[in-house]
Formats: sequence, structure tokens, C-alpha cells
Amino acid sequence: MIHKPLATTAASALALAMTIGTTTAHADEPIRIGVLATLEGVFAASGQDGMRGFDMAVDRFDGEVAGREIQVYRASSDASPDSALSAARRLVENDEVDILIGPLSGSEGIAVKNYAHEQPQVTFLNGSSAAQETTLDNPAENFFRFSTEGVQWQAGLGTYVYEEKGYERVAILAEDYSFPYAQIMGFMTEFCDLGGTVAEKMFVPLETRDYSSVIARMPQDIDAIYTVMGGSDILNFLEQYQQMGGEAPLIGGSIAVDQTILSAEGPDRDYLIGTPTSGPLADDWDDPEFVAWQERYQEMFPDGLGSPGLFAHAYYVNTLAALTALEEVGGELGDGHEALRDALQNLELDTPTGVVQVDHNRQAIADIFITEVSSDGEGGLYNRVVGVVEGVNQTLGFPEEEFLANGFAARDNPPVEECQ
Amino acid sequence: MTLFLLTLLNGLTLAGLYFLVASGFSLVFGLMRNINLAHGSLYLLGGYIGYSTFRATGSWELGVVVGTLSMAAAGVLLQYFIFRFMEGEELRQTLVTIALSIVAADLMLWYWGGTAYQFTTPDWIRGAVSLPFTPLRYPTYRLAILVAAVVVGIALWLFLNRTRIGMMVRAGVDDKDMLAASGVNVQLLFCVTFAIGAGLAGLAGVLGGSYLSLAPGEDMRFLLASLIVVIVGGMGSIVGAGIGAVLIGLTEQFGLAYAPAYAPVYTFLILVFVLAFRPQGIVGRPLQS
Repeated sequence: MIHKPLATTAASALALAMTIGTTTAHADEPIRIGVLATLEGVFAASGQDGMRGFDMAVDRFDGEVAGREIQVYRASSDASPDSALSAARRLVENDEVDILIGPLSGSEGIAVKNYAHEQPQVTFLNGSSAAQETTLDNPAENFFRFSTEGVQWQAGLGTYVYEEKGYERVAILAEDYSFPYAQIMGFMTEFCDLGGTVAEKMFVPLETRDYSSVIARMPQDIDAIYTVMGGSDILNFLEQYQQMGGEAPLIGGSIAVDQTILSAEGPDRDYLIGTPTSGPLADDWDDPEFVAWQERYQEMFPDGLGSPGLFAHAYYVNTLAALTALEEVGGELGDGHEALRDALQNLELDTPTGVVQVDHNRQAIADIFITEVSSDGEGGLYNRVVGVVEGVNQTLGFPEEEFLANGFAARDNPPVEECQ
Repeated sequence: MTLFLLTLLNGLTLAGLYFLVASGFSLVFGLMRNINLAHGSLYLLGGYIGYSTFRATGSWELGVVVGTLSMAAAGVLLQYFIFRFMEGEELRQTLVTIALSIVAADLMLWYWGGTAYQFTTPDWIRGAVSLPFTPLRYPTYRLAILVAAVVVGIALWLFLNRTRIGMMVRAGVDDKDMLAASGVNVQLLFCVTFAIGAGLAGLAGVLGGSYLSLAPGEDMRFLLASLIVVIVGGMGSIVGAGIGAVLIGLTEQFGLAYAPAYAPVYTFLILVFVLAFRPQGIVGRPLQS
């Protein structure tokens, strides 16, 4: 819900604005936090889960931090960069938030990061968007990402499918925007180094409904299809692929088989059993912190997913970072948020999936989980952990210069010709 | 060769779905000169209502029936309470239907939310069948849509050309005033036509939602598809809607299969050529003022 600012708040904000530069916020004033997720379109269910993660973090602080009430402003986008930008503008310029958390999707993140350059007085934390360039290409001083990104999320996956599953030749089917580019780079880096080959890379526009012609074009001499899609796109693809008699096993991008898909209403998803993927969390991770967090999720949202999804996780971690840092500085943001940003930069954040820190680009370094979709025996599906890669950074452990020499992840980078 | 054949079938089955939506749109336009820009909303609402029925009863067939009939009823209500009062005022009708579609989209978002829904189709149309004379297998469901479209097309043709009401509709297309003067209850005729047109949109909503999923935004997508199909084929003609649907369906699928990067462009190229060289559509007649 959006709280209309009270008249008194508006008056004190005005007074504050008139004496700008000398004063910092008063301790009795609410802290204004904006949150932006996709509640429309292809990632609507994902956005809903992101909001749940945000609410859990605020709930953990009982709605206040260092004695200041947390006032929440919500906004929605539809996964397109321009909708994310206008929602971010509304939060910053009309609702005058101090901190903005979001957005959800890859290309949206790049747009919001660029906007962060124009609004140095606001501190931005990522939601779950996971494009590589957001923090690697011209990063913004005031944009922090405590969640890992698409390239990092696929760390270990290429090795796992090549060595454990024995897949040597794959076709790639992906949505055509920055997040899948990042995932493909993460996957191909390992898979191709080991000697795996990619028959073809196929891109479809986001929100493609009819995959029949793409399926007809699918190469036949492959061991598996690596699908980097999410939301309703992967559901449509799955349904149509099965209807057309497709039988190749899948390898999932991080959001292709996360809980928003495994818990979705509709036809059986048993086809997905055995599908490997990797990402920032695993549903059956038995660390006590994770289990406690999972139980809290199920308690807070009886109508939610079976287990918190990747989006809930990312929004939770980023919101938790913001609130923890705020508490460290006693609710005083400091001149130009300097105190807050120092605290964020140096934070060693305890999350349900281990300790997270940010690097010099304000990008998280965290553990990555390799998982396989399994049945819980009661008709439900979950991601069973089969491996953990610890402390994955944005350059996958390569020296930064060497990594950057290959260029940023893009539609045709890494090129498929070098992997055939 | 396999790819060509599959793409051809994909194009034809997609054309079947487009025909179901567009023929209703075209029928309403032909008789009433009413450009119903809320036609896409009828598609989505019919799909959603069908889905809710399916969820409540577990019967997909019942979902199809309820989705169709509820939209036919909605069509009658629209005609009786709204369009009756603005006959012949094209600009006003256009604005009112745009407003309706926006209001309906937000109401549907409020009630059904932003998630995508998918039907589970019953066993008798699930899976794939072997195609005769080829080693290929093709989804039964998509063929079923094509069959449904052909049946609906033939039924519509018979209705318009072989029944008394159909005769009145055709007479109304040519000269509404003369038809009224000869003692026909034109308002009733309008209601019947609108019910058929809207019911077809509802039917397409359930059938389309069963393999393309239902989500906000589909209303505009299918409105646009219907507009393109009837502009290319010719406004107000069932045969035109058929030709337009086949042309657009094939273009989209062959585009996706052979040159996906430019896929969205081809449809509009066809539209541009038709508007430039034959603005009344391929089998359309020029509008009489």
C-alpha cells in the first residue's frame, strides 16, 4: 500500500529543504524507502515474491530502524526499462524517498543505475535485477547490489552438467535482453572451456507466446536444451515443447526453474524433474539460518510459494543490507548519505545463504548453489542442492583485466562460433 | 523440408485462432459500422471467465461453453446499454470503446492479478498425432483449433447465406434504413449480431488461452491482430477475415522460423502494401458514405 505523506511530514520536509546542506534528518522523522518490482506482465508472479522478500526484511526490523519509523512507498513496472525508469522517477521525485530498492529485471537494472547517476542524493539498492553491466560498466557511486548477478549465478553449472550429467552438446534458447546474455556468459565460460559445444543460440523476444516455430527449428543432435527464460515465457515454452513431442532434457537458467515456476498453477511440471540449474539459493539448504528464514516466509505468507523464491531472496538480502547499515549509523544518513554508504561498503552482511560483502564496484560476492529439480513425493517440486561454489565474485575468479578483455555479455558475446 | 512443413502448419493453426477473433470483429463492423476497440477485452475476459469455470469445475469443455456464452451475453449488454445510443457516431463509438477497454483491463488486473494462467486441456486433445505421409508428429490441440476455425467459418457462411436472419444481416450491411422500413426489428438484429461477434471473441479467449496462456496485455495483442487481419482481408467480410488470418498467421510464423530478428516487421509490411494499393482490403468493398 502507498501511504500518502501526512501534512506534518510534508511541512517538515519543506522546512528541511529550506535549510538544506546544513542539517541531516531528524531522528523522530520516518525514513522513506521506495520499493520497485514488476507486478505486471511476464514477471508479475516474480515481482509479487520480490515484494514478499522486502516485507520480510522490514518485518524483521519491526517496521522501524534506529528509532525511526520505516515509511514504505511501492511502485510497479512491467519488466521494460522505460516502465522501471518512470516508476523510479515517481518514487524519487514525487515521493522523495531516501532509499530506493529495486528493480527486478536485468535491463531495468541498467536503466535505474543510469538514473542513479542523475540522483546522487538518493541511495539505490538493487532488487533482483541481474544484468552484468549494471555494476561492471560505468557503475554508479550510489547504486549497491548485495545480490549476485546473472554471470555469477551460473558459476559451477557448466562444469556440473558436463562432468556429472554428461551433456556435451547443447542448444541455447533465451529471452532477448541483458539478463540472459549474462547467464549465457556465465554458463559458456565453464562449459566451453571443458570442451562442451553449443549447437545454436536462439533468442526470442520477451513475452513470446507461441514457441512452435522455434521448437520446430531446434537442432536434433543435442544432449540438452539450456533455457534461459523465466515467468510465463518458460511455462508457455514447456507446455508447447511437450505438446510437440519434445524429449530433450533441460538445463535451467537461474529463473527457469525457481519456485515461481515450480509452484505455478497449471499442468504438471514433472517434466522438469532432474533439471539442473544454479543460483543464489537452494530450497533444501539445511543451514539453520536458511531454515529459520524459510519457515518465517511460510508463516508470513500462507498463500505464498512453497519455499521463498530467488526474487524474494534477492529483495530480502538487499533490503536487509539497507536496514542493517541504517542501524549501524544510528538512522543518521549523513551529509549526502556519506555515512550510510560507508556503512554499506564495509558491511559484512549475514544472510540466510551466508555472509555477503560488496566489492569496489558495490557488487556482491556470495556463495552460489548448484541444484537439481526434485519431487518432494507429495506432488510438489523443489531445488535440491547438489553443490556449492563459495565466494563467487563478478569476474568468476579471473583477474579483472583478463575478464574484461572478453567484453561485456551481449547477444553475440561470447560468440557461439568459438564453442563448436 | 520438415521445418517448412511444421512452419506451414504453425502458421495455419495460428491463423485459425486469429480467424476466430477477427471474424467476430469483422461481423460486428460489417453490420453496424461499429469499430469495437473493446474486442480484445472480450477475448481476455472470456478466457479468464472460462479459466475460473475450469478451476471451479475441473471441466475444460464447460470452460469453453461458459467463456463463449458469458461474452455473448456481455455483447448483448454492450449493444443494449451503450451502442444503441450512439448509432452512426463513429468517433464517439471509437472513444467509448477505447475507454471501455482501458477500464476492463484494470478491472481484470484487479480481479485476476498479473500472473499468467494456463488451462490443462483434456486428454482427448492433449499430446501429438502422427501426420499422414510424413514422419512428423504435431500437437493435437493446435490441429483442433484449426478444425474449430474451419467449422466456425463454414457455420458463419451458412448462417449469413442460407438463413433468414443471415439474409437480414446482409441486407442491413447494404442499407440499414430500407431494412428497418420493411418491418425488421433492427435493434434485435444488432443484438444478435453483437452476441455472435462477442461470443466468438470469448470462444477464442478460452481456446487461445489453452496454449498461449492468459495474462494482462493479451487483450491489446489480439485487438491489434484482429485489426490487422480485417484491414488486410477487408472490413465486414467473413471470407476476407479468413484470407487475412491465413496471410498474417503464415507471415508471422515463417518470419519467426526463417528470420527471427525481423519477425515483427513483416506483418506491418503487408499492412503497408495493402493500405497503399488496395485500401479497402483484399476482398473488401469501398465504404459507401
